[in-house]
Amino acid sequence: MTKVLDPTNETKPTEIPRVARPASLKGLTVGLLDISKPRGNRFLDRIEERLIEQGIKVKRFKKPTFTKPAPVDLRHEISTKCDVVIEALAD
Amino acid sequence: MTRLEAPPLPEGLVAFVKRDCPTCELVEGVLADIAKSANITVYSQDDPNFPSGLHNLVDDKDLFFSWHHEIETVPTLLKVASDGETSRIVGWDRAIWEEFTGLKNLGPDIAPFRPGCGSLSVDPNLASYLEAKFSGSSLIGRRIEFAALEDSHEAMFDRGWTDGLPVVAPTEQRVLSMLAGTSRLPSEIIASVPPDLTPCTVEKIAINAVMAGCKPEYLPIVLAAVEAVCNETFNMHGLLATTMPHAPVLVVNGPIAEQIGMNSSGNAFGQGNRANSTIGRAVQLVVRNVGGGRPGGVDRAALGSPAKVGFCFAEREADSPWEPISTMYGFPKGTNTVLAFPGEAPHNITDQISRDPESLARTFAINLLGIQHPKLVLMFDAILAVTPDHSRIFAEAGWSRERLTDRIIELSIRPGKDLVRGANGIAEGISADLQELDLPKFRQGGLHIVHCGGGAGLFSAIIGGWVNGDMGSTPVCVEITP
Repeated sequence: MTKVLDPTNETKPTEIPRVARPASLKGLTVGLLDISKPRGNRFLDRIEERLIEQGIKVKRFKKPTFTKPAPVDLRHEISTKCDVVIEALAD
Repeated sequence: MTRLEAPPLPEGLVAFVKRDCPTCELVEGVLADIAKSANITVYSQDDPNFPSGLHNLVDDKDLFFSWHHEIETVPTLLKVASDGETSRIVGWDRAIWEEFTGLKNLGPDIAPFRPGCGSLSVDPNLASYLEAKFSGSSLIGRRIEFAALEDSHEAMFDRGWTDGLPVVAPTEQRVLSMLAGTSRLPSEIIASVPPDLTPCTVEKIAINAVMAGCKPEYLPIVLAAVEAVCNETFNMHGLLATTMPHAPVLVVNGPIAEQIGMNSSGNAFGQGNRANSTIGRAVQLVVRNVGGGRPGGVDRAALGSPAKVGFCFAEREADSPWEPISTMYGFPKGTNTVLAFPGEAPHNITDQISRDPESLARTFAINLLGIQHPKLVLMFDAILAVTPDHSRIFAEAGWSRERLTDRIIELSIRPGKDLVRGANGIAEGISADLQELDLPKFRQGGLHIVHCGGGAGLFSAIIGGWVNGDMGSTPVCVEITP
Protein backbone atom coordinates (compact mmCIF):
# COMPACT_ATOMS: atom_id res chain seq x y z
CA MET A 1 0.00 0.00 0.00
CA THR A 2 1.47 3.33 -1.04
CA LYS A 3 0.64 6.65 0.52
CA VAL A 4 1.61 9.72 -1.47
CA LEU A 5 1.28 13.48 -1.26
CA ASP A 6 -1.15 15.17 -3.64
CA PRO A 7 0.79 17.01 -6.36
CA THR A 8 -2.19 19.12 -7.42
CA ASN A 9 -3.37 22.44 -6.06
CA GLU A 10 -6.08 20.67 -4.02
CA THR A 11 -8.59 23.34 -4.93
CA LYS A 12 -11.91 22.75 -6.56
CA PRO A 13 -12.75 25.37 -9.18
CA THR A 14 -15.86 27.43 -8.58
CA GLU A 15 -18.26 26.81 -11.41
CA ILE A 16 -20.06 29.90 -12.61
CA PRO A 17 -23.04 28.92 -14.78
CA ARG A 18 -23.36 30.65 -18.14
CA VAL A 19 -26.25 33.01 -18.70
CA ALA A 20 -29.02 31.15 -20.47
CA ARG A 21 -29.00 31.62 -24.24
CA PRO A 22 -31.69 34.22 -25.08
CA ALA A 23 -34.49 33.19 -27.45
CA SER A 24 -34.02 36.43 -29.39
CA LEU A 25 -31.52 39.29 -29.46
CA LYS A 26 -34.33 41.84 -29.68
CA GLY A 27 -33.81 44.66 -27.21
CA LEU A 28 -30.48 43.25 -26.00
CA THR A 29 -27.03 44.80 -26.27
CA VAL A 30 -24.51 42.59 -28.00
CA GLY A 31 -20.81 43.01 -27.18
CA LEU A 32 -18.36 42.13 -29.94
CA LEU A 33 -14.94 41.24 -28.55
CA ASP A 34 -11.98 41.35 -30.90
CA ILE A 35 -9.15 39.33 -29.31
CA SER A 36 -6.60 41.08 -31.59
CA LYS A 37 -5.94 38.10 -33.85
CA PRO A 38 -5.28 39.20 -37.43
CA ARG A 39 -8.51 39.70 -39.39
CA GLY A 40 -10.76 39.12 -36.39
CA ASN A 41 -11.98 42.67 -37.03
CA ARG A 42 -13.21 41.71 -40.52
CA PHE A 43 -15.36 38.96 -39.09
CA LEU A 44 -16.74 41.27 -36.40
CA ASP A 45 -17.36 44.11 -38.89
CA ARG A 46 -19.62 41.79 -40.85
CA ILE A 47 -21.40 40.51 -37.74
CA GLU A 48 -21.89 44.11 -36.62
CA GLU A 49 -23.44 45.06 -39.99
CA ARG A 50 -25.84 42.16 -39.83
CA LEU A 51 -26.86 42.84 -36.23
CA ILE A 52 -27.42 46.54 -36.93
CA GLU A 53 -29.58 45.61 -39.93
CA GLN A 54 -31.79 43.77 -37.47
CA GLY A 55 -31.95 46.82 -35.21
CA ILE A 56 -29.82 45.30 -32.47
CA LYS A 57 -27.58 47.48 -30.29
CA VAL A 58 -23.87 46.63 -30.65
CA LYS A 59 -20.81 47.59 -28.62
CA ARG A 60 -17.26 46.85 -29.77
CA PHE A 61 -14.41 45.80 -27.46
CA LYS A 62 -10.82 44.76 -28.06
CA LYS A 63 -8.29 42.82 -26.02
CA PRO A 64 -4.79 44.38 -26.02
CA THR A 65 -3.31 41.06 -27.18
CA PHE A 66 -4.65 37.62 -27.97
CA THR A 67 -1.76 36.01 -26.09
CA LYS A 68 -2.99 37.03 -22.65
CA PRO A 69 -6.32 36.71 -20.83
CA ALA A 70 -8.59 39.75 -21.18
CA PRO A 71 -7.82 42.33 -18.46
CA VAL A 72 -10.24 42.14 -15.55
CA ASP A 73 -11.45 45.73 -16.15
CA LEU A 74 -12.40 44.88 -19.73
CA ARG A 75 -14.28 41.78 -18.64
CA HIS A 76 -16.12 43.82 -16.05
CA GLU A 77 -16.99 46.55 -18.58
CA ILE A 78 -18.40 44.00 -21.01
CA SER A 79 -20.45 42.33 -18.30
CA THR A 80 -22.00 45.61 -17.17
CA LYS A 81 -22.69 47.06 -20.63
CA CYS A 82 -23.81 44.01 -22.58
CA ASP A 83 -26.34 41.22 -22.31
CA VAL A 84 -24.48 38.79 -24.57
CA VAL A 85 -21.04 38.73 -26.11
CA ILE A 86 -19.59 37.37 -29.33
CA GLU A 87 -15.84 36.72 -29.32
CA ALA A 88 -13.92 36.48 -32.57
CA LEU A 89 -10.97 34.20 -33.02
CA ALA A 90 -9.89 34.27 -36.72
CA ASP A 91 -6.44 34.37 -38.36
CA MET B 1 12.94 23.41 27.82
CA THR B 2 14.54 21.13 25.29
CA ARG B 3 12.95 18.49 23.12
CA LEU B 4 14.10 14.93 22.93
CA GLU B 5 16.89 14.40 20.44
CA ALA B 6 17.63 18.11 20.30
CA PRO B 7 20.88 18.90 18.53
CA PRO B 8 23.55 19.82 21.12
CA LEU B 9 24.47 23.46 21.59
CA PRO B 10 28.08 24.58 22.01
CA GLU B 11 29.31 25.15 25.54
CA GLY B 12 29.35 28.68 26.89
CA LEU B 13 26.81 31.36 26.16
CA VAL B 14 24.30 30.88 23.35
CA ALA B 15 21.94 33.51 21.96
CA PHE B 16 18.98 33.18 19.59
CA VAL B 17 18.11 36.31 17.60
CA LYS B 18 16.37 37.54 14.48
CA ARG B 19 17.03 40.72 12.57
CA ASP B 20 13.33 41.45 12.30
CA CYS B 21 13.18 42.23 16.04
CA PRO B 22 13.94 45.74 17.29
CA THR B 23 15.20 44.39 20.61
CA CYS B 24 17.67 42.09 18.84
CA GLU B 25 18.86 45.05 16.78
CA LEU B 26 19.17 47.06 19.98
CA VAL B 27 21.46 44.46 21.58
CA GLU B 28 23.57 43.86 18.46
CA GLY B 29 26.45 45.83 20.00
CA VAL B 30 26.01 44.14 23.38
CA LEU B 31 26.42 40.70 21.78
CA ALA B 32 29.58 41.87 20.02
CA ASP B 33 30.91 43.22 23.36
CA ILE B 34 30.16 39.91 25.13
CA ALA B 35 32.03 38.07 22.37
CA LYS B 36 35.18 40.05 23.22
CA SER B 37 35.47 38.57 26.69
CA ALA B 38 33.27 35.45 26.69
CA ASN B 39 32.58 32.44 24.55
CA ILE B 40 29.24 33.15 22.84
CA THR B 41 27.55 31.48 19.87
CA VAL B 42 24.67 33.28 18.19
CA TYR B 43 21.92 31.52 16.20
CA SER B 44 20.29 33.83 13.68
CA GLN B 45 16.76 32.98 12.56
CA ASP B 46 16.26 35.22 9.55
CA ASP B 47 19.58 36.68 8.41
CA PRO B 48 22.82 34.71 8.46
CA ASN B 49 24.80 38.00 8.51
CA PHE B 50 23.08 39.35 11.61
CA PRO B 51 24.37 40.35 14.15
CA SER B 52 27.52 41.74 12.60
CA GLY B 53 30.96 41.43 14.11
CA LEU B 54 30.54 37.92 15.54
CA HIS B 55 32.67 34.89 14.75
CA ASN B 56 30.44 32.17 16.10
CA LEU B 57 27.34 32.91 14.08
CA VAL B 58 25.08 30.02 13.06
CA ASP B 59 22.49 30.27 10.27
CA ASP B 60 19.28 28.89 11.79
CA LYS B 61 16.99 29.96 8.95
CA ASP B 62 15.40 26.53 8.87
CA LEU B 63 14.74 27.02 12.63
CA PHE B 64 16.15 23.58 13.36
CA PHE B 65 17.94 24.67 16.54
CA SER B 66 15.28 27.20 17.56
CA TRP B 67 12.50 24.63 17.30
CA HIS B 68 14.34 21.84 19.08
CA HIS B 69 15.41 24.09 21.94
CA GLU B 70 11.91 25.51 22.26
CA ILE B 71 12.91 29.11 21.80
CA GLU B 72 9.81 31.24 22.26
CA THR B 73 11.28 34.73 22.45
CA VAL B 74 14.17 36.52 20.81
CA PRO B 75 16.61 37.43 22.06
CA THR B 76 17.03 34.40 24.31
CA LEU B 77 20.33 33.94 26.09
CA LEU B 78 21.30 30.49 27.36
CA LYS B 79 24.09 29.07 29.46
CA VAL B 80 25.26 25.70 28.17
CA ALA B 81 27.48 23.28 30.05
CA SER B 82 28.99 20.03 28.78
CA ASP B 83 25.79 18.15 29.58
CA GLY B 84 23.45 20.74 28.08
CA GLU B 85 21.56 23.90 28.92
CA THR B 86 21.65 25.07 32.52
CA SER B 87 19.61 28.29 32.38
CA ARG B 88 18.12 30.87 30.04
CA ILE B 89 16.83 34.45 30.04
CA VAL B 90 14.66 36.24 27.49
CA GLY B 91 14.36 39.82 26.21
CA TRP B 92 16.80 42.57 27.16
CA ASP B 93 17.31 43.69 30.76
CA ARG B 94 20.73 45.14 31.48
CA ALA B 95 20.83 44.12 35.13
CA ILE B 96 19.72 40.57 34.41
CA TRP B 97 22.10 40.19 31.46
CA GLU B 98 25.01 41.49 33.58
CA GLU B 99 24.22 39.04 36.33
CA PHE B 100 23.71 36.16 33.85
CA THR B 101 26.97 36.78 31.98
CA GLY B 102 29.02 38.04 34.90
CA LEU B 103 30.05 41.00 32.74
CA LYS B 104 29.73 44.64 33.70
CA ASN B 105 28.68 47.74 31.81
CA LEU B 106 26.70 46.01 29.05
CA GLY B 107 25.00 48.38 26.57
CA PRO B 108 25.58 51.55 28.61
CA ASP B 109 24.08 53.76 25.90
CA ILE B 110 20.88 51.84 25.19
CA ALA B 111 17.60 51.61 27.06
CA PRO B 112 18.03 49.46 30.19
CA PHE B 113 15.03 47.25 29.45
CA ARG B 114 13.13 46.13 26.39
CA PRO B 115 10.93 43.04 26.04
CA GLY B 116 11.80 40.67 23.23
CA CYS B 117 9.80 39.55 20.20
CA GLY B 118 8.25 36.22 19.28
CA SER B 119 10.65 33.59 18.01
CA LEU B 120 10.07 32.57 14.39
CA SER B 121 9.92 28.98 15.59
CA VAL B 122 6.62 29.75 17.34
CA ASP B 123 5.20 31.93 14.56
CA PRO B 124 1.57 30.76 14.17
CA ASN B 125 2.04 30.53 10.41
CA LEU B 126 4.97 28.18 10.80
CA ALA B 127 4.33 26.26 13.98
CA SER B 128 2.31 23.43 12.50
CA TYR B 129 4.68 23.14 9.63
CA LEU B 130 7.75 22.97 11.86
CA GLU B 131 6.01 20.43 14.00
CA ALA B 132 5.37 18.32 10.91
CA LYS B 133 8.88 18.74 9.65
CA PHE B 134 10.87 18.19 12.80
CA SER B 135 8.67 15.73 14.60
CA GLY B 136 8.67 13.70 11.39
CA SER B 137 4.93 13.22 11.60
CA SER B 138 3.46 14.98 8.62
CA LEU B 139 3.60 17.53 5.81
CA ILE B 140 0.79 19.87 4.89
CA GLY B 141 -0.20 18.38 1.54
CA ARG B 142 -3.21 16.09 1.31
CA ARG B 143 -2.40 12.38 1.64
CA ILE B 144 -3.69 10.00 -0.95
CA GLU B 145 -3.59 6.32 -0.20
CA PHE B 146 -3.62 3.80 -2.99
CA ALA B 147 -5.45 0.56 -2.38
CA ALA B 148 -3.41 -2.54 -1.68
CA LEU B 149 -4.27 -4.04 -5.03
CA GLU B 150 -3.81 -0.79 -6.95
CA ASP B 151 -0.60 -0.41 -8.94
CA SER B 152 0.77 2.97 -7.87
CA HIS B 153 2.12 3.75 -11.36
CA GLU B 154 -1.26 3.16 -12.92
CA ALA B 155 -2.99 5.03 -10.10
CA MET B 156 -0.92 8.14 -10.81
CA PHE B 157 -1.61 7.97 -14.55
CA ASP B 158 -5.30 7.50 -13.83
CA ARG B 159 -5.39 10.61 -11.66
CA GLY B 160 -3.96 12.67 -14.51
CA TRP B 161 -0.79 13.62 -12.64
CA THR B 162 1.69 12.60 -15.30
CA ASP B 163 2.95 13.92 -18.62
CA GLY B 164 2.59 10.47 -20.17
CA LEU B 165 5.85 9.12 -18.80
CA PRO B 166 6.09 7.24 -15.51
CA VAL B 167 6.58 9.34 -12.38
CA VAL B 168 8.18 8.57 -9.02
CA ALA B 169 5.58 8.18 -6.26
CA PRO B 170 5.81 11.29 -4.03
CA THR B 171 5.87 9.55 -0.66
CA GLU B 172 6.30 11.58 2.50
CA GLN B 173 9.83 10.34 2.99
CA ARG B 174 10.86 11.27 -0.56
CA VAL B 175 9.26 14.69 -0.32
CA LEU B 176 10.99 15.37 3.01
CA SER B 177 14.31 14.34 1.47
CA MET B 178 13.62 16.60 -1.50
CA LEU B 179 12.90 19.51 0.85
CA ALA B 180 16.32 19.05 2.41
CA GLY B 181 17.66 20.42 -0.88
CA THR B 182 16.59 23.95 -0.01
CA SER B 183 16.83 26.21 3.01
CA ARG B 184 13.51 27.77 2.06
CA LEU B 185 10.55 26.93 4.23
CA PRO B 186 8.17 24.39 2.68
CA SER B 187 5.24 26.72 3.35
CA GLU B 188 6.83 29.59 1.44
CA ILE B 189 4.81 30.57 -1.61
CA ILE B 190 7.04 30.80 -4.66
CA ALA B 191 4.58 31.93 -7.32
CA SER B 192 1.03 31.91 -8.61
CA VAL B 193 1.08 29.26 -11.31
CA PRO B 194 -0.85 29.86 -14.55
CA PRO B 195 -3.34 29.17 -15.91
CA ASP B 196 -5.31 28.75 -12.66
CA LEU B 197 -3.02 31.24 -10.88
CA THR B 198 -2.87 28.95 -7.88
CA PRO B 199 -0.44 29.98 -5.12
CA CYS B 200 2.29 27.36 -5.10
CA THR B 201 4.37 26.44 -2.07
CA VAL B 202 7.88 25.04 -1.93
CA GLU B 203 6.27 21.80 -0.73
CA LYS B 204 4.08 21.45 -3.83
CA ILE B 205 7.07 22.08 -6.06
CA ALA B 206 9.06 19.49 -4.09
CA ILE B 207 6.27 16.92 -4.60
CA ASN B 208 6.33 17.49 -8.36
CA ALA B 209 10.13 17.46 -8.39
CA VAL B 210 10.06 14.02 -6.74
CA MET B 211 7.63 12.84 -9.40
CA ALA B 212 9.83 14.21 -12.21
CA GLY B 213 12.80 12.25 -10.85
CA CYS B 214 14.84 15.15 -9.44
CA LYS B 215 17.47 14.81 -6.73
CA PRO B 216 17.21 17.18 -3.74
CA GLU B 217 20.18 19.22 -4.95
CA TYR B 218 18.23 20.13 -8.11
CA LEU B 219 15.38 21.67 -6.11
CA PRO B 220 16.83 25.21 -5.87
CA ILE B 221 16.96 25.32 -9.69
CA VAL B 222 13.40 24.04 -9.99
CA LEU B 223 12.22 26.67 -7.50
CA ALA B 224 13.98 29.47 -9.39
CA ALA B 225 12.66 28.18 -12.69
CA VAL B 226 9.07 28.09 -11.41
CA GLU B 227 9.54 31.65 -10.20
CA ALA B 228 10.89 32.65 -13.64
CA VAL B 229 8.13 31.08 -15.73
CA CYS B 230 5.42 32.45 -13.45
CA ASN B 231 6.76 35.99 -13.82
CA GLU B 232 4.02 38.01 -15.51
CA THR B 233 6.28 39.20 -18.34
CA PHE B 234 7.11 35.59 -19.24
CA ASN B 235 3.38 35.06 -19.81
CA MET B 236 3.21 31.34 -19.07
CA HIS B 237 -0.55 31.45 -19.60
CA GLY B 238 -0.13 32.61 -23.19
CA LEU B 239 2.77 30.25 -23.84
CA LEU B 240 0.61 27.36 -22.68
CA ALA B 241 -2.54 28.47 -24.46
CA THR B 242 -0.92 29.28 -27.79
CA THR B 243 -1.51 27.07 -30.80
CA MET B 244 2.26 27.39 -31.43
CA PRO B 245 4.52 24.60 -30.11
CA HIS B 246 6.65 26.55 -27.62
CA ALA B 247 7.50 25.79 -23.99
CA PRO B 248 9.81 27.14 -21.29
CA VAL B 249 13.41 26.33 -22.26
CA LEU B 250 15.67 26.58 -19.20
CA VAL B 251 19.34 27.59 -19.39
CA VAL B 252 21.34 27.20 -16.16
CA ASN B 253 24.43 29.32 -15.45
CA GLY B 254 26.89 29.42 -12.56
CA PRO B 255 28.83 26.88 -10.52
CA ILE B 256 25.68 25.03 -9.43
CA ALA B 257 25.42 23.43 -12.88
CA GLU B 258 28.66 21.54 -12.42
CA GLN B 259 28.05 20.93 -8.71
CA ILE B 260 24.86 18.99 -9.42
CA GLY B 261 26.29 17.29 -12.49
CA MET B 262 24.36 19.00 -15.28
CA ASN B 263 25.43 18.38 -18.83
CA SER B 264 26.58 21.39 -20.84
CA SER B 265 28.75 19.29 -23.12
CA GLY B 266 28.15 16.48 -25.61
CA ASN B 267 24.44 15.70 -26.07
CA ALA B 268 23.49 18.63 -23.83
CA PHE B 269 20.03 18.76 -25.42
CA GLY B 270 19.64 15.01 -25.44
CA GLN B 271 18.95 12.16 -23.10
CA GLY B 272 21.10 10.55 -20.46
CA ASN B 273 21.72 13.26 -17.87
CA ARG B 274 19.39 13.11 -14.91
CA ALA B 275 19.52 16.81 -13.99
CA ASN B 276 18.96 18.01 -17.56
CA SER B 277 16.13 15.53 -18.04
CA THR B 278 14.25 16.10 -14.81
CA ILE B 279 14.52 19.82 -13.93
CA GLY B 280 12.55 21.03 -16.95
CA ARG B 281 10.12 18.18 -16.51
CA ALA B 282 9.50 19.15 -12.87
CA VAL B 283 8.59 22.69 -13.97
CA GLN B 284 6.17 21.32 -16.56
CA LEU B 285 4.59 19.02 -13.96
CA VAL B 286 4.08 22.04 -11.67
CA VAL B 287 2.31 23.87 -14.52
CA ARG B 288 0.21 20.78 -15.13
CA ASN B 289 -0.64 19.76 -11.58
CA VAL B 290 -0.58 23.01 -9.63
CA GLY B 291 -1.44 25.43 -12.44
CA GLY B 292 -3.96 23.13 -14.08
CA GLY B 293 -2.47 23.54 -17.58
CA ARG B 294 -3.02 20.45 -19.69
CA PRO B 295 -2.99 19.58 -23.37
CA GLY B 296 -6.51 19.76 -24.72
CA GLY B 297 -7.43 22.07 -21.83
CA VAL B 298 -5.79 25.47 -21.77
CA ASP B 299 -2.86 24.05 -23.77
CA ARG B 300 -4.03 24.36 -27.39
CA ALA B 301 -0.79 23.59 -29.26
CA ALA B 302 -1.44 22.46 -32.83
CA LEU B 303 1.65 20.25 -32.89
CA GLY B 304 3.53 20.80 -29.64
CA SER B 305 7.14 19.70 -29.43
CA PRO B 306 9.30 17.22 -27.54
CA ALA B 307 10.61 20.29 -25.65
CA LYS B 308 7.26 20.43 -23.86
CA VAL B 309 8.13 17.38 -21.78
CA GLY B 310 10.91 19.50 -20.30
CA PHE B 311 13.91 21.21 -21.88
CA CYS B 312 16.78 22.23 -19.62
CA PHE B 313 20.53 22.46 -20.11
CA ALA B 314 23.54 24.31 -18.74
CA GLU B 315 25.75 26.76 -20.57
CA ARG B 316 29.28 25.48 -21.16
CA GLU B 317 31.06 28.24 -19.27
CA ALA B 318 34.44 26.68 -18.48
CA ASP B 319 36.03 27.14 -21.92
CA SER B 320 33.56 29.61 -23.36
CA PRO B 321 35.04 32.50 -25.30
CA TRP B 322 32.13 34.59 -24.03
CA GLU B 323 30.66 35.79 -20.77
CA PRO B 324 27.74 33.65 -19.55
CA ILE B 325 24.35 34.45 -21.09
CA SER B 326 23.14 35.52 -17.61
CA THR B 327 25.34 38.63 -17.93
CA MET B 328 22.87 39.83 -20.59
CA TYR B 329 20.40 40.05 -17.70
CA GLY B 330 22.76 41.93 -15.39
CA PHE B 331 24.07 39.05 -13.30
CA PRO B 332 27.83 38.97 -12.70
CA LYS B 333 29.71 35.91 -13.96
CA GLY B 334 29.69 33.18 -11.32
CA THR B 335 26.11 33.84 -10.21
CA ASN B 336 23.83 30.82 -10.19
CA THR B 337 20.91 31.67 -12.44
CA VAL B 338 18.25 30.08 -14.57
CA LEU B 339 17.01 31.71 -17.75
CA ALA B 340 13.49 30.85 -18.86
CA PHE B 341 13.23 31.28 -22.63
CA PRO B 342 9.99 30.63 -24.52
CA GLY B 343 11.35 28.26 -27.13
CA GLU B 344 10.79 25.28 -29.35
CA ALA B 345 12.81 22.13 -29.99
CA PRO B 346 16.36 22.69 -31.29
CA HIS B 347 17.14 22.79 -34.97
CA ASN B 348 20.66 21.91 -36.13
CA ILE B 349 22.93 24.10 -38.28
CA THR B 350 25.67 22.40 -40.29
CA ASP B 351 28.77 24.30 -41.42
CA GLN B 352 31.83 22.08 -41.70
CA ILE B 353 33.71 24.28 -44.11
CA SER B 354 33.86 27.81 -42.64
CA ARG B 355 37.12 28.61 -40.85
CA ASP B 356 36.75 32.37 -40.55
CA PRO B 357 34.26 34.21 -38.36
CA GLU B 358 32.63 36.21 -41.16
CA SER B 359 31.75 33.12 -43.15
CA LEU B 360 30.37 31.34 -40.08
CA ALA B 361 28.39 34.42 -38.99
CA ARG B 362 26.82 34.37 -42.47
CA THR B 363 25.89 30.72 -42.01
CA PHE B 364 24.25 31.54 -38.69
CA ALA B 365 22.39 34.53 -40.12
CA ILE B 366 20.97 32.72 -43.15
CA ASN B 367 19.77 29.86 -40.98
CA LEU B 368 18.27 32.16 -38.34
CA LEU B 369 16.19 33.90 -41.00
CA GLY B 370 14.05 30.78 -41.22
CA ILE B 371 12.66 30.99 -37.68
CA GLN B 372 8.85 30.63 -38.00
CA HIS B 373 8.96 32.06 -41.53
CA PRO B 374 11.74 33.77 -43.47
CA LYS B 375 9.34 36.62 -44.26
CA LEU B 376 8.44 37.30 -40.60
CA VAL B 377 10.89 39.57 -38.77
CA LEU B 378 11.36 41.21 -35.36
CA MET B 379 8.57 39.11 -33.84
CA PHE B 380 10.60 36.16 -32.56
CA ASP B 381 13.71 35.91 -30.36
CA ALA B 382 16.11 32.97 -30.55
CA ILE B 383 18.78 31.05 -28.72
CA LEU B 384 21.76 30.33 -30.93
CA ALA B 385 23.62 27.44 -29.28
CA VAL B 386 27.22 27.49 -30.47
CA THR B 387 29.39 24.41 -29.94
CA PRO B 388 33.12 24.52 -29.09
CA ASP B 389 34.16 23.55 -32.63
CA HIS B 390 32.34 26.62 -33.93
CA SER B 391 33.05 28.99 -31.01
CA ARG B 392 36.79 28.37 -31.41
CA ILE B 393 36.68 30.13 -34.77
CA PHE B 394 35.31 33.28 -33.12
CA ALA B 395 37.62 32.94 -30.10
CA GLU B 396 40.71 32.78 -32.30
CA ALA B 397 39.58 35.86 -34.21
CA GLY B 398 38.76 37.70 -30.97
CA TRP B 399 35.04 38.10 -31.68
CA SER B 400 33.05 38.91 -28.53
CA ARG B 401 29.44 37.79 -28.15
CA GLU B 402 28.36 41.37 -28.80
CA ARG B 403 30.34 41.54 -32.03
CA LEU B 404 28.93 38.24 -33.27
CA THR B 405 25.39 39.25 -32.27
CA ASP B 406 25.68 42.62 -34.00
CA ARG B 407 27.12 41.06 -37.14
CA ILE B 408 24.38 38.43 -37.37
CA ILE B 409 21.71 41.09 -36.94
CA GLU B 410 23.39 43.24 -39.58
CA LEU B 411 23.54 40.30 -41.98
CA SER B 412 19.87 39.55 -41.36
CA ILE B 413 18.69 42.97 -42.60
CA ARG B 414 16.51 42.73 -45.71
CA PRO B 415 14.40 45.22 -47.65
CA GLY B 416 10.77 45.33 -46.53
CA LYS B 417 9.55 44.95 -50.12
CA ASP B 418 10.86 41.34 -50.07
CA LEU B 419 9.09 40.60 -46.80
CA VAL B 420 5.62 42.08 -47.25
CA ARG B 421 2.58 39.91 -47.77
CA GLY B 422 2.49 38.65 -51.32
CA ALA B 423 6.17 39.27 -52.06
CA ASN B 424 7.93 36.35 -53.80
CA GLY B 425 4.58 34.77 -54.50
CA ILE B 426 3.98 34.01 -50.80
CA ALA B 427 0.90 35.44 -49.12
CA GLU B 428 2.46 35.32 -45.61
CA GLY B 429 4.66 38.25 -44.62
CA ILE B 430 4.84 41.56 -42.82
CA SER B 431 2.28 44.29 -43.38
CA ALA B 432 2.52 46.41 -46.53
CA ASP B 433 3.17 49.67 -44.66
CA LEU B 434 6.66 48.39 -43.75
CA GLN B 435 7.81 47.87 -47.33
CA GLU B 436 10.02 50.97 -47.49
CA LEU B 437 12.06 49.91 -44.43
CA ASP B 438 15.13 47.71 -44.21
CA LEU B 439 14.44 45.27 -41.40
CA PRO B 440 16.62 42.90 -39.32
CA LYS B 441 15.35 39.51 -38.19
CA PHE B 442 15.82 40.26 -34.48
CA ARG B 443 14.88 43.00 -32.06
CA GLN B 444 17.55 44.42 -29.74
CA GLY B 445 18.35 41.84 -27.05
CA GLY B 446 16.38 39.16 -28.88
CA LEU B 447 19.27 36.97 -30.01
CA HIS B 448 20.76 34.86 -27.21
CA ILE B 449 24.10 33.28 -28.06
CA VAL B 450 24.81 30.40 -25.66
CA HIS B 451 27.93 28.23 -25.58
CA CYS B 452 27.19 24.53 -25.22
CA GLY B 453 27.65 21.08 -26.64
CA GLY B 454 30.88 19.21 -26.96
CA GLY B 455 32.98 16.49 -28.42
CA ALA B 456 33.64 16.92 -32.11
CA GLY B 457 31.18 18.42 -34.57
CA LEU B 458 31.10 21.59 -36.62
CA PHE B 459 27.46 22.18 -35.79
CA SER B 460 25.44 24.71 -33.87
CA ALA B 461 21.72 24.91 -33.19
CA ILE B 462 18.80 27.28 -33.15
CA ILE B 463 16.05 27.29 -30.56
CA GLY B 464 13.40 29.53 -32.06
CA GLY B 465 11.36 31.76 -29.79
CA TRP B 466 7.66 32.44 -29.43
CA VAL B 467 6.07 35.85 -30.12
CA ASN B 468 8.24 38.32 -28.21
CA GLY B 469 7.65 41.34 -26.01
CA ASP B 470 4.38 42.67 -24.64
CA MET B 471 2.39 40.76 -27.23
CA GLY B 472 3.88 37.44 -26.18
CA SER B 473 6.69 36.57 -23.83
CA THR B 474 9.87 38.15 -22.54
CA PRO B 475 12.66 35.81 -21.37
CA VAL B 476 13.19 35.97 -17.60
CA CYS B 477 16.44 35.26 -15.76
CA VAL B 478 16.28 34.55 -12.01
CA GLU B 479 19.02 33.98 -9.45
CA ILE B 480 19.07 30.52 -7.89
CA THR B 481 19.20 30.75 -4.11
CA PRO B 482 19.86 27.87 -1.71
